[in-house]
Amino acid sequence: MARSNKPLLWLPFAGGGLVAALITPVLILITGVLVPLGILHLRYEAIAAFAHNPIGKVILFGAVALPAWHAAHRLRMTAHDLGLGGGFAIKTACYGIAGLLILVAAVALLAI
Amino acid sequence: MSRRPYIRKVERSWWLRQPRYVLYMIRELTSLFVGLYCALLVVGLVRLSQGQAAWDGFVAAFSSPLGVAFQLACLTFAIYHSVTWFALTPKAMPLMMKDEPVPGIVIVAAHYAAWAAVSIVVLIAAGI
Amino acid sequence: MSETITLEVLRYHPETDSEPHFQRYTVPYRDDWVVLDALNHVKDHLDATLSYRWSCHMAVCGSCGMTINNEPKLSCHTFLRDYRGGVIRVEPLDHFPIERDLVIVMDSFMDKLSSVKPWLIPRQDRPLSAGEYLQKPGELQAFHQYTQCINCLLCYAACPQIGLNEDFVGPAALALAHRYNLDSRDGGKDARAEVVASNQGIWECTFVGACSEVCPKQVDPAAAIQQTKISASVDWLKDLLTPGAHR
Repeated sequence: MARSNKPLLWLPFAGGGLVAALITPVLILITGVLVPLGILHLRYEAIAAFAHNPIGKVILFGAVALPAWHAAHRLRMTAHDLGLGGGFAIKTACYGIAGLLILVAAVALLAI
Repeated sequence: MSRRPYIRKVERSWWLRQPRYVLYMIRELTSLFVGLYCALLVVGLVRLSQGQAAWDGFVAAFSSPLGVAFQLACLTFAIYHSVTWFALTPKAMPLMMKDEPVPGIVIVAAHYAAWAAVSIVVLIAAGI
Repeated sequence: MSETITLEVLRYHPETDSEPHFQRYTVPYRDDWVVLDALNHVKDHLDATLSYRWSCHMAVCGSCGMTINNEPKLSCHTFLRDYRGGVIRVEPLDHFPIERDLVIVMDSFMDKLSSVKPWLIPRQDRPLSAGEYLQKPGELQAFHQYTQCINCLLCYAACPQIGLNEDFVGPAALALAHRYNLDSRDGGKDARAEVVASNQGIWECTFVGACSEVCPKQVDPAAAIQQTKISASVDWLKDLLTPGAHR
């Protein structure tokens, strides 16, 4: 038995859970209901301007990266609960996909 | 007298044996939908970086019937995540004020207030 | 003919049985009887070979934990009147090897309990002449609920992570570690962290919360573990940023 390095995975999971809880629903409301209904319009110029701003980049990155990590860690633990093994393959798949999403988000934001 | 302890196997369907475990599994699977929606947002960021035409295509795609259906599912599970997350927060972070514990319901209510505030700010920023 | 109720009890005698099997008993129904009273009736009048643990009959000793209609309960704390007209299925607690009938092997728990060093570890040696520790009511309240554990093991029976991994240190042991970590007289958090903050400690927990739901003493081990996750993560960060400084 030795002290685990789990906090490395758990802290962003916990932060992501809070961000997901506070921000994700309203984002889905916007893109999934209000925009399709025509109540809101996400004009390219406005969104791109927000993403061009460094603070906007940080906010957008946080709103995407933290919940993605949260999902990855939680799905890894759930896979174990469902008897799908807690092995290397599951860990690589979960954190790998999340890592990829986070990387792509960062690259896209830096390019705007 | 010889001992021969009997070990009962745990089945893969253990979580179906009681409602509390089924609810737990649903709670955990909310993260699948949160993750999938994040993937949608990442696609959006990529399209945003590719210019107006790409962005407009992205908006059209997520506004399609399939896009809306998928997002409504995500919204349902995202809300369930929020509700269950807030309910559990007082257990993880008990607060003391002047040597008395703050009632859990106050901590939960503060989270709902924050949820409402953040939502309103985002809606205003999006142009409501 | 006065009212009766049926118990369906899991039997296992290792000297004769290759596997456990159910056996039914018809016992008198009484409004004020608990399942333990019904089992005592079985043993006294129907079948003296039935083995089970019990002691205080008032939910303070933690001896009589069993699975009753699929739920971990103290048999002395489970009333027949809540199952009137039905069959009461009585089995040993889940997630432990069955020794005999309703008796489980709890050695693993005893090891886990002692592994978290459940005793005061003072920050500094104090001579007797220094007198007692003084503790304010608020300081006692901080850890009081975690002192209430009666080691009944209902939480281990309810915990799916224990079911999936028998090496998980488990709710009661981690709640007890938390009781000492929160005690103002104690300085042993680091000493306990070897086990508590290990991969078999708090990090196996996924906050199912079943442990706290079944606890007959409202200890809330789930809360204890989540709070420990936060404090262990803070310690981990401190260690990362200022290695060795806070020990």
